[in-house]
Amino acid sequence: MTEFAIQTENLTKHFGRGKDVVHAVEGLSLEIRPGEVFGLLGPNGAGKTTTIRMLSALIGISAGRAVVAGHELGKEDMDVRRKVGILTETPGMYDQLSAERNLAFFAALYDVKDIPGQVEKYLRMLGLWARRDDEVGEFSKGMRQKLAIARALLHEPPVLFLDEPTSGLDPEAARLVRDFIAELGREGRTLILCTHNLDEADRLCDRVAVFKTSLLALDTPANLRSQLFGRTVVFHLAQPGPQFVEPLKANAFVHSVEALDNKLVVTLDDPEAHNPALIRRLVEAGAEIRFVGEVRRSLEDVYLRLIQKEDRHD
Amino acid sequence: MTKIWTMIRKEWAEVFKNKFVLFSVAFMPLLFTAIPLGVLYSMRGATAAEALGLSEVPAEMTALCGDLAGAECAQFMIVSQFLMLFLLMPVIIPVTIASYSIVGEKRTRTLEPLLAAPISTLELLAGKALGAAIPAVAVTWGAYIIFMVGTILITGSPALTTLLLKPLWLLAMVVVGPLLSVAAVSMAVMVSSRVNDPRVAEQVSALVMLPVLGLFMAQTAGFIQLNQGFVLWLALILAVIDAGLLALAIQLFQRETILTRWK
Ligand SMILES: Nc1ncnc2c1ncn2[C@@H]1O[C@H](COP(=O)(O)OP(=O)(O)OP(=O)(O)O)[C@@H](O)[C@H]1O
Ligand SMILES: [Mg+2]
Repeated sequence: MTEFAIQTENLTKHFGRGKDVVHAVEGLSLEIRPGEVFGLLGPNGAGKTTTIRMLSALIGISAGRAVVAGHELGKEDMDVRRKVGILTETPGMYDQLSAERNLAFFAALYDVKDIPGQVEKYLRMLGLWARRDDEVGEFSKGMRQKLAIARALLHEPPVLFLDEPTSGLDPEAARLVRDFIAELGREGRTLILCTHNLDEADRLCDRVAVFKTSLLALDTPANLRSQLFGRTVVFHLAQPGPQFVEPLKANAFVHSVEALDNKLVVTLDDPEAHNPALIRRLVEAGAEIRFVGEVRRSLEDVYLRLIQKEDRHD
Repeated sequence: MTKIWTMIRKEWAEVFKNKFVLFSVAFMPLLFTAIPLGVLYSMRGATAAEALGLSEVPAEMTALCGDLAGAECAQFMIVSQFLMLFLLMPVIIPVTIASYSIVGEKRTRTLEPLLAAPISTLELLAGKALGAAIPAVAVTWGAYIIFMVGTILITGSPALTTLLLKPLWLLAMVVVGPLLSVAAVSMAVMVSSRVNDPRVAEQVSALVMLPVLGLFMAQTAGFIQLNQGFVLWLALILAVIDAGLLALAIQLFQRETILTRWK
């Protein structure tokens, strides 16, 4: 079980017991490769924070097993803690201490060798060097968040957990943090990102897991899109097109066709291979095609479909 | 070990930024040093009965005073009484700091990053407890030295000097005081990890401390007659109690419950 940065088998977490038991995470099995940027998506209460807390050895696991950065949870928790960095959901700082003092304290806890050097490196990298002597209590939310990210990185962890890193930030600060995360991903660290910002997950993540207590789907954002919706091509015609629906549907590779005003919306798996045939059929049937385009489904559409499907099951 | 020291230094950096806490640590020792010195000063040259405002000196007192007579006997009584307070200071002073220690981390939401770091519960709690106990013991010792020097200067009595420098008292100050302090802060830290409101932490800690204080007061009433052997035994028992309390605090420190029950 070592070629993965994180491997879990039926990871499960229950809180409480008896009839008050809460099933927070149920039978989660994941394999995350080193260097991967992995997104954990799910509605409020899905168990994302609980999963991150288990994987960073903050809370115990109820069942299953997991290996994080080469160390088994529950057996080598201290080693796991040394190897992972975590940006917690509500990261706090010692408000009365300076930014530098805050970081130096945590660096010492992580046995960082060159404490001043590491502190300076990350304060500079996150644009907080000029404010290093100021009390953190005076910092804006965005600055605090950046400082918390710096704190998670001081000991250069190979695995980094980020629980909603951009929530509550203004667009500019969010952008900065997002760019920084992208940069970390390029450095080859394994990143596990929890977020409700699906656009962000789409842009940053190599793969995403959509889950609500248990896993609903896991793949690259692009594959999830095409698995759920196929790909969507729109033919813009010179005339309204209801009469072309049937000829197109006759093709086995077409999943669905819809006529909307002067547009034909077609879903299919491989537009590059099949568009020429579709265009021929339309022209033969007398359609005048003005142009052809592809509609990119957002990850949000994917997510909503998965979650709504799951809710209907409940 | 180094992590305990890291923790202690962080505690101090944070706690002593707060002027009020600084004041609360220094206030009691200052007060309890100034009052007896003032009293001693005002009773110079009086007879024992005059000095104590009594028509006659009680027989038990005369017995305790031995060779000392007049004002010296009264001064001896005053000094003896206040010496006991110097054993109580290390118990009372650190409670505010210690009872805030864990609940404070919860409030600032630094507890989760702290517990995520590779620090053992022992290191965390020992750092918290010592961070509160060490300053309390230090100011107590400082106040004790001022009290000794002040008493010697004001009374000019070699007999009182001998009393203040009695090995029994030095032993009590150097060993029993710190051990009592560690017992007190361990309890306060324990309470602090179980509650979510710092005010509650302080109230409960004070309550827990009361019986201990009562017991101690009863003990010290006859302390001046006690011998060195008893103090050594007391120190030994306290050392065992301290270790037990710290172990209990670690047992009760359920990382998971503390972390997830706090919203
Ligand atoms: N100590 C606890 N006792 C009981 N239930 C708990 C406890 N901690 C968490 N839970 C429950 O576990 C479930 C998962 O919570 P978790 O915080 O992991 O969700 P999340 O996906 O991070 O949600 P959000 O998007 O709101 O942050 C929730 O139903 C929550 O109420
Ligand atoms: Mg969460």
